[in-house]
Amino acid sequence: MAVDSKTRRSMPAVAASGGIRTTRNAAAVEISGLNKWYGQFHVLRDINLTVQRGERIVICGPSGGGKSTLLRCMNRLEDWQEGRVVVDGITITNDIKTIDEIRRDIGMVFQHFNLFPHLTVMQNCTLAPVWVRRMPKKDAEEIAMHYLARVRIPEQARKYPAQLSGGQQQRVAIARALCMNPKIMLFDEPTSALDPEMVKEVLDTMVDLAEDGMTMAVVSHEMGFARQMASRMVLMDAGQIVEINEPAEFFEHPQHDRTKLFLSQILH
Amino acid sequence: MTAAPQRIFVRKMMEAPRPRPLGTGRVALLAHRLFGTPLNGLLTILGVAVLVLLVWPTFRFLFVDAVWDGASRVDCLPETVKRPVGACWPFIQARFGQFIYGFYPQPQRWRVDIVFAAGALLLLPLLIPRFPFKIFNAFLFFIAYPAAAYVLLVGGRFGLEYVETRAWGGLLITMVISYTGIIASLPLGMLLALGRRSNMPIVRTLSIAFIEFWRGVPLITVLFFATYMLPLFLPPGWNVDALLRVLIGVTLFSAAYLAEVIRGGLQAIPRGQFEGAAALGLGYWKTMGLIVLPQALKHVIPGLVNSFIALFKDTSLVLTVSIFDLLGQVRSSFADPNWATPSTLFTGFAFAGIIYFAVSFLMSRYALAMERRLNTDVR
Repeated sequence: MAVDSKTRRSMPAVAASGGIRTTRNAAAVEISGLNKWYGQFHVLRDINLTVQRGERIVICGPSGGGKSTLLRCMNRLEDWQEGRVVVDGITITNDIKTIDEIRRDIGMVFQHFNLFPHLTVMQNCTLAPVWVRRMPKKDAEEIAMHYLARVRIPEQARKYPAQLSGGQQQRVAIARALCMNPKIMLFDEPTSALDPEMVKEVLDTMVDLAEDGMTMAVVSHEMGFARQMASRMVLMDAGQIVEINEPAEFFEHPQHDRTKLFLSQILH
Repeated sequence: MTAAPQRIFVRKMMEAPRPRPLGTGRVALLAHRLFGTPLNGLLTILGVAVLVLLVWPTFRFLFVDAVWDGASRVDCLPETVKRPVGACWPFIQARFGQFIYGFYPQPQRWRVDIVFAAGALLLLPLLIPRFPFKIFNAFLFFIAYPAAAYVLLVGGRFGLEYVETRAWGGLLITMVISYTGIIASLPLGMLLALGRRSNMPIVRTLSIAFIEFWRGVPLITVLFFATYMLPLFLPPGWNVDALLRVLIGVTLFSAAYLAEVIRGGLQAIPRGQFEGAAALGLGYWKTMGLIVLPQALKHVIPGLVNSFIALFKDTSLVLTVSIFDLLGQVRSSFADPNWATPSTLFTGFAFAGIIYFAVSFLMSRYALAMERRLNTDVR
């Protein structure tokens, strides 16, 4: 397929030479030959994707296309049957220790926030630094306050998640992930569960983060955000990557018919 | 402005809040619910009538007709008092020591008093949320206290006279079995609940087998087995104290029930919570201990308290293996000819009932307060 070859060409050939990879020059995420089945259902089909450091990848596509599943493979929330995922130079194996180690350096923001309802905002933010990084509680609280200020809700630190609006909760979730000082941030439809009036405050926070040079992989249908912030766009359908392109090209001159169809459906 | 419906409307001024109109408040609502319809009115009257019919005779028995002073059965006989006789409280007074301590030797009973007092002193600050040093307090109450209480109650060390557990009885036994049963079976129940949901087939199978076995057997069978049959299986020379065997039996029995209660709570935890914890790099035990169990236990407080109250009252079943708990002591005191009166039986049961009720009711109310306090999920 013409587009397939185009897709492959547009991907940087980083670290393709093999050999020993050092952490210093490895890509943030490198996925090669990834295949996954749910029972007999082939959800991810031969995925090859590299996310460079400082790059912001936005993955879009119709629902059921495997976007979230692909994202969740990056921190091994999903397992797979074939292929390889290398995060920051470390190949993900089935070893629990390796997985936990990788997860520490990858922040994840979920569609439904997944905050811990029995803990205050502050406790949500300090839990992992204290228990996983073994940071003294005082230091962890200082860092938490720093990030809560960055997502512009420092005054909510003592409240419980249920006392906050959806947008505020999602910003807490972002702060919670940032408290672990991650090298990569994954966003799984971070604004899909929000009231329309609250989408902007979350997107603003993400733009903030992007401008700071954070490496981000985002599953989202917020095309405004994508056009503004994405380094590259990825369109997935039926478990495959259909097109990878620069955002300007992607929106103005989509190459694949599926991309054209998708864009015509969501950009009225 | 025209009277016709507007097609376009733009509010000029925002509406200010007004106080709720009179006659729609609590009192009006209550009146409506109690007497709103003839049927409601009838049910209200019937309910009150039943309440009066139950409460008044009880009150009469316990207080109005009760005998408060006396030295023997004669003082509690209707012929002596020349009126209907309710509760015979001098009987309780005379037997009070036995009800509380059983046959614990009289000169040594201060040891039991210390154990009771220390337990209360450690428990109270633990129950009051505002009190500081919770972790240290919990360590004292759950680890240090049972060890110290064991040494103090059993004796044979530090110049304390040895008191065999067969001499223990009354409220002491009830409390020892309840305390041990509750604090030992809760962690065991948590482990079993986690085990039953484990990915490891062996752990899961063993947990299921354990839970189903202990739930399938009546407590009386467990007690009989622990008391009379277990010694037959143990190698000669092995002698495990009878009370200890009962304690272990009660703990394992209760753990199986708690495991199922807690499993119900675990199932209520959404998958997102596990994923949120996993994404932060928390391992299995930290996820369970910090995220999942605290929420699961909170969900099942009513069920847990239900089990604890059941356990507290089920301690009276140890009577079947000749251990005389509070109820056992009360019942055995009925045989005393010195206090044989028509109301002795009712007085004794009323006394035991009041103690059981008081403890159970306190547990229930405290749990309710705790539920409200921990209810952070809802705005």
